[in-house]
Parts: sequence; structure tokens; C-alpha cells
Amino acid sequence: MLDDKITSHTFWEGVWENNPVFVMLLGMCPVLAVTNSTINALAMGLATLFVLLSSSLLVSLIRNWIPKQTRIAVFIIIIATFVTVVDYVIQAISLDLYNALGAFIQLIVANCMILGRAEAYASKVPPAKALINALGMGLGFTIALLCLGSVREILGSGTLLGFDLFGENYQQWIVMILPPGGFFVLGGWLLLFEWLRERKEQQEATSE
Amino acid sequence: MTDTQTTGQPLEKPSSLRMIVSLTLVSVLSGMAVVMVYLYTRPIIDENKRLAIEAAVLTVIPDSAGFVPFELEDNTLRPATDSPGKGQLFYAGYDQQGQLIGLAAPANAQGYADKVYIIYGYRFDCECITGVKVIKHAETPGLGDKVITDKDFVANFDALDARVAADGSALRNRIVTVKHGTKSNPWEVDAISGATITSRAIGRALDIGAGLLLPQVMKFRQQLEDHQP
Amino acid sequence: MMRKPPRIELHTAPHAVDGQGVAVIMRNVVYSLLPLLAYVVWLFGLSALMLILVVLLSTLATERFFNWMGKQGSTLDDWSAVITGLLLALTLPPGFPLWMGAVAAIISIALGKVLFGGLGYNLLNPALVGRAFVQAAFPVAITTWTPPFIATRFAEFIPSTLTPPFMQPLDSGPWLTASGMDAISSATPLGLHKFESVSTPLESLFMGTTAGSAGETSALLILLCGAYLALRKMLNWRIPMYVFIGVIVTSALLHWLDDTNPDPLFMLFSGGLMLGAVFMATDMVGSPITPRGVMIYGLLIGFLTVIIRVYGSLSEGVMYAILLGNAATPLIEMATQPRAFGERKAAAKGKTDD
Repeated sequence: MLDDKITSHTFWEGVWENNPVFVMLLGMCPVLAVTNSTINALAMGLATLFVLLSSSLLVSLIRNWIPKQTRIAVFIIIIATFVTVVDYVIQAISLDLYNALGAFIQLIVANCMILGRAEAYASKVPPAKALINALGMGLGFTIALLCLGSVREILGSGTLLGFDLFGENYQQWIVMILPPGGFFVLGGWLLLFEWLRERKEQQEATSE
Repeated sequence: MTDTQTTGQPLEKPSSLRMIVSLTLVSVLSGMAVVMVYLYTRPIIDENKRLAIEAAVLTVIPDSAGFVPFELEDNTLRPATDSPGKGQLFYAGYDQQGQLIGLAAPANAQGYADKVYIIYGYRFDCECITGVKVIKHAETPGLGDKVITDKDFVANFDALDARVAADGSALRNRIVTVKHGTKSNPWEVDAISGATITSRAIGRALDIGAGLLLPQVMKFRQQLEDHQP
Repeated sequence: MMRKPPRIELHTAPHAVDGQGVAVIMRNVVYSLLPLLAYVVWLFGLSALMLILVVLLSTLATERFFNWMGKQGSTLDDWSAVITGLLLALTLPPGFPLWMGAVAAIISIALGKVLFGGLGYNLLNPALVGRAFVQAAFPVAITTWTPPFIATRFAEFIPSTLTPPFMQPLDSGPWLTASGMDAISSATPLGLHKFESVSTPLESLFMGTTAGSAGETSALLILLCGAYLALRKMLNWRIPMYVFIGVIVTSALLHWLDDTNPDPLFMLFSGGLMLGAVFMATDMVGSPITPRGVMIYGLLIGFLTVIIRVYGSLSEGVMYAILLGNAATPLIEMATQPRAFGERKAAAKGKTDD
């Protein structure tokens, strides 16, 4: 049951234990689509983080005032508003980045993680707690995108954040910047985290 | 998830009025927020777009000092406005003295994955295409996108012959893409080995784009020269 | 404790006394591949030999590594990893960089086999999974072929073979020119036909003296090796037969509609079709077992091969055709379950299935 107390779990839940990408497997569309370079992954992660933070805060603030029957519509309007804001801001910051991210900025509105957080969490807890949780979730999402983006960029282009790592004779693994590469790398990370989790559980079981 | 204690909602159905009011209020506030952000970012975004076009035009006609957008529609030439019509848009480039030296125009053709969008530069003195910049593409990284980086391929457009035929109806020689290493005429594009489809797309975009635009532009050359940036 | 009564194990027929176990069949497949490997080494020399060895060792090492990870006993003795390695090596160009060969080998075992649960559970042919991965990852290297019968092939490596790991293939062009070979002539017969409308005489296709992947060369030898397996009933000869029928019918139709399309005989003997149809489509794990299923599967692969070759942007389509055939196998088997004797017809069957 959700109470109003803020614990370290409020924050760390989203980063590790319930990581939206690696544990809950939410918002897979941007995760697979825009992680072909680190900078795209970072921009997408930060954009999602911003939308998540502001919508969680607002939803939590007005949670006692919204009739239950219209809450989903209200949440979506709030989320869509912030997504539109992000859309304009990114265009204003860099058109190249905007073109690279394509339709996925607008599609943040359809990221089930954000509506899910608003409905299942932010609408039930006070603003401070909602904000901290959203920060954890958003960071968890950003970190996950960076995990994918960096591996795909290093293998697929031989660069990291645009810096050449291996010299010009490096053979790029072209499949890694293509959509299948997203699945391969995501699978690899899921395998790693699942293995770590299993090992931890085994250690706990033996120490008891 | 219908827990009433945590959401703080009363069990009984709220009045329709309250639902309408809350939705309306949220929508109005959201709308206002979006409009404010739009008003604030619009000039910056427009400036970004203008800079992007300027940079692209300057790369394809490097020695131009300024350019003016024109639109050619139904055999009439007019300066392009913010609301472009259905006509062909192009940018006339002028040097320091205000002399017309060339033009830049967008073109596109079907590539391997999707359409390849380019902007090409044309110079009036050599009657040739002097530069091609790929604006947008979805070609295979490492293969198709070599058309941007491959030095030999880019060198095709140092001076690609695009003379207009004597009767002014079309190009004298259609621009064609030929197999790697077999370029023998100045109007041929030497394809990249292994990226033939994308190379052909660029050649075709030039052939269609320049083939339609240049003969028409020639009719308005005086008008363009009189126009000072 | 009470003593348990002695157990008598009862089995229904068939009672196999001296069965062809997995290992026996697999070993025979390996034997039948040996003449092919020898021929390939004779055509392409040291580089081909080295590529076969490196790919083979990499598949074996990967399989052993996952055995160790999963704390199982070794599964190397079922010979299936050997076959995967050899077949994979045969699908690669002879001058393929060794490190890329190793990558393909690791992927084919890890992604194509172990991930699904090992031999018998894999949906797709492991060798082709590895090959498809490197095709997508290194599209240039995998379409760079060298012609056979280079004079110095037993004394020197093709330069690209010895590319340092993670680096782009070294340029073999100068070496080929020095050996008296025209670098541009090293396009495959299919590529020549598709992109340059040059046809290759049927005889060189049949003997395999053309440029191409190591194993997409001699149709004759592959057929002979396949015949040996078929005679020993270790290979379902109906699968290649239906694949060939599929190819002939589809390409005859397309050739008749537009005679710039290659004729059926060229389609049949060029590219990796022989190797694919005889040794890969017949993979016991990935192919259907019902008689009607085998027919649909074979015809589907033949049809897809021709369609990809003619309309696709690649010149060769056997690999993708077989992978698609593999993927469709569970569906094909479901749709073609033979009716047991005495079972009622479809109308009534719908209800019993519920």
C-alpha cells in the first residue's frame, strides 16, 4: 500500500529494482528506435525525464480535485502539453537533433511508462514523493537508454558521443545501428541484469 | 486501482458539471501553456531553419554572398513567401557585387530505403552543377550513406555538366549514373561500388530536378539578374 | 524401508536395437562434407583452409563455453557443432577476414542454438543465423569475392583473410592484380547476371570454378555428397527435390514473362542453392516431418529464393529463403498433421480440438 512517507526506496525503485526498461519493459518503442547513438539516447532520456517529472508533479498536485471518471483524459492532456513543450524546445535547441529523433519526441505521449506512473503512483501520493519517484524512474529510463545507445554507437560506428575511438580502419558493425541491433543489445543487457539478479538471490539464499 | 482512500475520491458519482469544469479548465490551461511556449520558441525555430537552409545553400554555391528564395509556378516567377505554394522552390545566389552567379534547389528521388532528399547548386557561368548536399535520407549506414562521405563520389559534382538544350526545352544531356569507374562524359555520375542504388537515386534526383527547373529558369534569367538581394 | 518391487520398463513399438543416433547421423553428415571441403581448399587455397579451421574451432569453443556456463556435460560429442561450423565456413567468401568468421561462428552457436535451449530446440538453422548476422553487420566484406585458381593460393593468404580483429578488411585488390586476376571479375555469377547482365556458362557453374562463397561452387560435388547421405537414409531427399521444383517452376514462369530474368537451369546451379537445399534446408531440427509439410516447405524455399534473387536488392536469396522456411516450419507442421486412421473428417474435428 502506498503511504505518504518518503524513503530511499521511493527514489531507487525506478533506478534499479523496478527499472522501467530492464525490469518493467515499458516504453520499448523509443528504447529500440532512437538508441543508435549516445547523444540521441541521452536527448530522448532527458526529454522523457522532463515530461515524467512535470506531469507527475502536476498530477499529484491536482489529484484530489480531478473526478475519477475523467482522470485518464486529464492525465493525457497534461502529458501531451509537456510533450509539445519539449517538442518545441528541442527544435529550438537543435534542428539536427530534432530530425534525428524524428517522430519519437511526439510519441513520448504514448509512452506507457508516463501514463502508468501518473495513474498508479503520482495520483496517489503527495507532490514531493511523486516528484522523487518520477526522478528515479526518469533517471532509470535515461540510464537504460544510455546503456543501449553507448554500446550500439561503439560497435556500430566506432565512436562514443561522436568521438572516434578506434581509428579510421575500425570495422563498423552496421547491424548495430539498424533496428535489429536494438533488439540484440537490449537482449544482451536483459541477460546481464537477469544473471546479476539471479546470482544475488542465490547468494542471499545461501547466506540465510 | 479503484482504491478510494488513496485517490481521495468520494464513492458517489460526481456531478457532470464538475467533470466538465475540470476537463475544460485543464484543457484551457494546457492550451495556454502550449501557445506561450510556441510564441516564445517560434522565432528561434524559424531562425534555426533559416540557418540550416543558408548553410546548405552556401555549401552548394560556396562563393555566394547572399541568396533570395524564389518560387516558380505555372510559368511565373515570384519571390517565395512564408506560405509556399505548389511551385518549385529555389534559391538564387548572388555574389558581393549583387551579380547573379548560381542557384540552389531541392530535389529528391527514391533510394534504397526511402526517398533521398538533396539540395544541389548550379552555376550559370559553367552551366554545371557545382555541389550536392544530402538533406535527409534513410539509407543503410555504412553503405548508402557513403554518398555523403565518399570523396570520389562527391567529386562528381565539382562540375557536372547540366547545359540546357538549344531549344530550351530540356537538358542537352540527361544526367545519368553509370557503373563505378566507367564515367566518360561530364554529365555522367560515377556510382559508388556497393552503393549503386543510392548513387542512382542522387543522379535521378538531379536529372528530374534540374531537368525540369533549369530550362524554365533560363526564361527568367533577366528577372533574376535584376533582382538584388 | 520397504524394498521397491523390481521395475519392468514397457515401451511401445518401434523397438530400435541399433539405431541411428543423433551422433551417428551427424558424423556421417560431416564425412559427406569432407570431399566438398577438400575441393574448396583446392580451389581457393590456404585462405579457405584457414577460414574453415577458425570457424570450426570457434563454434566448438562457443558450444563448450556455454556447456560450462550452464554446468552441463559437453555436448560436443553429438557432432552438431562441427556441422554448424563447417556449413557456416562454406557459406562465407574465401577471403573473409578470419575475425569476422569467428564472430559469425560465435553468433551462430550462441544466438542460433544455445539461446533456444540447444540442439533440437533451435527454430532456425544455426549456421544460417550466424551468416545472416554477418551479412547485416559487415555487408561489404561478405560480398567481396575472390576468383578461384589463383596461382599462389597455396603459398600466400588472400590479404583480407589476415585482417586484424575489429578492423576493416585489408584491400585484396593489389594482390589480385599482382596474381594476374582482374579484381572486377571477382563477382559471383548471380551478381554478374543481376547487375551487369553477363551470363556464366553452365559448365563452370556445374564444376564450381566461379567466384563465390566457398561452398556455393560445385553443384556436382554437392549433389554427390547429398546422394551418399540420402542413400544411407540420413537425409530427406524430398526436401531438396521440392526446393528444386519450386525454383524451376518459379523461375521458368518469370523467365517466360520476361526473358531478361535468368533461366531455370542457371537459377538451379548458381549461388548457394545446391548447398542450401541439400545440407541446410534438410536440417532435421528446422524442417517439417509430415509428408505434405515437406512439400510445402521445399516449394516455399524454392519460390522465395527465386523471388528474392529476381526482385530483391541482393543477388542471392537462399539464406533468407531457408531461414523463412525454418520459421514457417512449426506452422506448416500444425497445418499438415496427417489424419490418424479412423479419425473423423474436418467438420467433426473442429469440435474435438477444443
